[in-house]
Amino acid sequence: MTLGISGRAAAEITLEAVRSGDVRPEDIRIHPDTLVMQAEVARAHANPQLAANLLRAAELARLDDFRVLEIYEALRPNRSTAAQLHVIADTLSFAGAVLTAELVREALEIYEKRGLLA
Amino acid sequence: MTLGRFRFMDQQRVNLDGFAKPDSGLGMIAFNSPSDPEPSLIVADGRVTEMDSKPEVEFDIIDHFIARHGLDLEVAAEAMALDPLHFAHMLVDPRTPRPEIIRLAAGMTPAKLATCLALLRPAELVLAMTKCRARRTPSNQAHVTNRSDDPLLLAADAATAAAFGFREIETTVPVLEDAPSNAIAVSIGAAVGSPGVLVQCSVEESVELEMGMRGLVSYAETVSLYGTEQIFIDGDDTPWSKTFLTSAYASRGIKMRVTSGGGAEALMGAAEGCSMFYLESRCVALARAIGAQGVQNGGIDSASVAGSVPGGVKSLMAENLMVMVRNLEACTGNDALMSESDVRRTSRTHPIFIAGSDFICSGFGSIQRYDNMFGPSQWNSEDIDDYLAMQRDWGVDGGLRTAREADIEDLRRTAVEVVSDVYRSLGLANFSAKWQEQAVDAAGSKDVPAADLMTPLQASRLIRDTNITMLDVVRALDESGHEIIAQRLLDLLKARLNGDYLHTAAIFDENMSVLSLVTDPNDYAGPGTGYVPTPERQSQIDAIRQERSVADLQSDQEQARSNRLTEGLAAERGIGPRDVVIGVSPATAREIWRTLGGLMVTEALDELLAGLEEEGCQGRIVRFHDTVDLGLIGLKAARLAGSGIGIGLQAKGTALIHRHDLPPLGNLELYSVAPSLGRAEYRALGLNAGRHAKGASPEPARNPYSDEAIEARYHTSVVSLMAVERQCCDLNAPPITLHLVPL
Repeated sequence: MTLGISGRAAAEITLEAVRSGDVRPEDIRIHPDTLVMQAEVARAHANPQLAANLLRAAELARLDDFRVLEIYEALRPNRSTAAQLHVIADTLSFAGAVLTAELVREALEIYEKRGLLA
Repeated sequence: MTLGRFRFMDQQRVNLDGFAKPDSGLGMIAFNSPSDPEPSLIVADGRVTEMDSKPEVEFDIIDHFIARHGLDLEVAAEAMALDPLHFAHMLVDPRTPRPEIIRLAAGMTPAKLATCLALLRPAELVLAMTKCRARRTPSNQAHVTNRSDDPLLLAADAATAAAFGFREIETTVPVLEDAPSNAIAVSIGAAVGSPGVLVQCSVEESVELEMGMRGLVSYAETVSLYGTEQIFIDGDDTPWSKTFLTSAYASRGIKMRVTSGGGAEALMGAAEGCSMFYLESRCVALARAIGAQGVQNGGIDSASVAGSVPGGVKSLMAENLMVMVRNLEACTGNDALMSESDVRRTSRTHPIFIAGSDFICSGFGSIQRYDNMFGPSQWNSEDIDDYLAMQRDWGVDGGLRTAREADIEDLRRTAVEVVSDVYRSLGLANFSAKWQEQAVDAAGSKDVPAADLMTPLQASRLIRDTNITMLDVVRALDESGHEIIAQRLLDLLKARLNGDYLHTAAIFDENMSVLSLVTDPNDYAGPGTGYVPTPERQSQIDAIRQERSVADLQSDQEQARSNRLTEGLAAERGIGPRDVVIGVSPATAREIWRTLGGLMVTEALDELLAGLEEEGCQGRIVRFHDTVDLGLIGLKAARLAGSGIGIGLQAKGTALIHRHDLPPLGNLELYSVAPSLGRAEYRALGLNAGRHAKGASPEPARNPYSDEAIEARYHTSVVSLMAVERQCCDLNAPPITLHLVPL
């Protein structure tokens, strides 16, 4: 059974439910477990990179929209200092988003080499 | 002063295109620039220390990312050691299955894969593409935009695009702030046209992501990658920020692909002396490395840059193939118009069209060229019938289907009505009846003078300020009585929950089933394998609206029935020296009443008789029943005529003058091009027949000349007309006299 991140079953998302104001945005947001499962499907179809993407997505699925947009902005060139990227990576790690944290740390390493820090 | 022949050639549209001398320093070279690196890969302790002749210390951001994430190091040694020609053979050989290609390519560096694919000839590219694309069922994507961001016209045009078969629709804005209104209007219109059509709105990266999060779009594509570090940074991103963005879309269950394209770096003046194909190979390797499921490439905005150098058009197709070989969804360009020449733009698309791709066009301009806010496309609304005819000609599924005018009108009306209701219900706008009526009928925004430019802007501000999401739109649809459309948009929102459309090359069919690499994998392995349209789909490809049958023609002819020709007695041989017989074909005045030139057969006869009379001859009309052959009809007429001169006239209008003592095919004068014959020509033929009857040798009447494709236009009618003539044929029926009632 497919669940939204709110824990609600997809089958319950009906027009009647929408009509009665009973569907919230979280009900139509993908559940991290679903993304983890789809990562396995991607791996089985010869695309480990797509699988890795879906595993990072499973981590981001738990973050607010605002926070996701904020981290994206911070990763763009010449936006962040090394310290700022460190903080982001640590916060992500703390929240269990270890793969994304790893991506941010790698960005920091390369940005330092290529002069892309603020 | 140029030579006349060259003055004439200079005037042709192809000479509006720019053609560049190859200049590798500027990156104006399709394949194999002297600065392209030699393929190489050195791996030490699981870490890439050299790639494509560059040591790790010299890596730029793109090299770093590919080296760390993009290569399957388990297969790399085997893949890098492969003879490029051997791999090229594998690409073409149907006995090498797609998975084996995918496995090996995963271990190839950008330079290695570029070297291999550059060896393929055009026909080999077609075969390789047929085998290597991810999804079995081909598809197509449309642009739907307009100059005024008119929500009603956007909705009507999106419904139209969906009806013609497009499974993805891309919109954008001339005015950035209008984006949310456009996204909603196009989403609603697309849902009116068909269930499961994906919609994107191409704007700045974070604005686009935000709209996706709010459900206002159902996929994203404008996430650009570049092949050199400088241009990448100029694009205000890095491979890491793009990777994050890619995961961000997936984290909300939204499909996305990235965009790149040969020539982009040269166009922006930072190609580092490398060939377009090698730089694109870096982009495609990067696309795979960041974990995107697919790539839109094939030049895109820089297609005309690639098209300006030798082999450039071939390189555009080769870069599409490269995406497929990297096991990604290929949205194969044929997007921005790359030539003013219809011949060149068709030539650029055609090999991809016959090979089939996940999306043949990454933006078929389904609207007017002037309304395309991406700029005119390679294919535009004026080409839809051409494209449908091409599908039918080759028996190829190019993703489109024919649509009946009445159905399109209904859909456009519904789309306009539904968007009006939703905008009113959400308090976004009220549309005048005049505006609505114009939008339903419009071929483009110039036909909607009633549109107000402030409306989409105000609507967008309200959508933003009041945080309207697609759930609110679904509710408004439902409340205003449009439950089916509400359900279709809700289904697209729900599709985010199971993640099936995050997989490579995913689209929805009209039953909301996902077709992707996972559910609909391409299994081409030579003749008799791979994608075959279902009988239902084949009939959509074959049955274009212009098709005509014999029955259609007979019903047209029936409309022209006249009572001016009446049957008389059996025809006899005449004796007077001025007696000229006009022999007509078996179907004349029975089944066929109008010539291919649009004249009534009786009008042609009026002129022939008048011409004869002017020369002092008497014409009489005799219908023969035992032959449909015009030469024989004319000869038999001549043999009945006292003068020995006859005119033969097929009901379709072809006519000749004959003499009793000539062989059947040796007539005196012939009008072979029936569609070009009017009253004047028949009068002239009558006059000449009269002169022949009097023993003179007149200057032959000539066929009127036309440089139009007369045969293409009329041959199908000729086949039907001749079939009708043959049905009317009776070998035992004698010739009879026909009387023409004077006007």
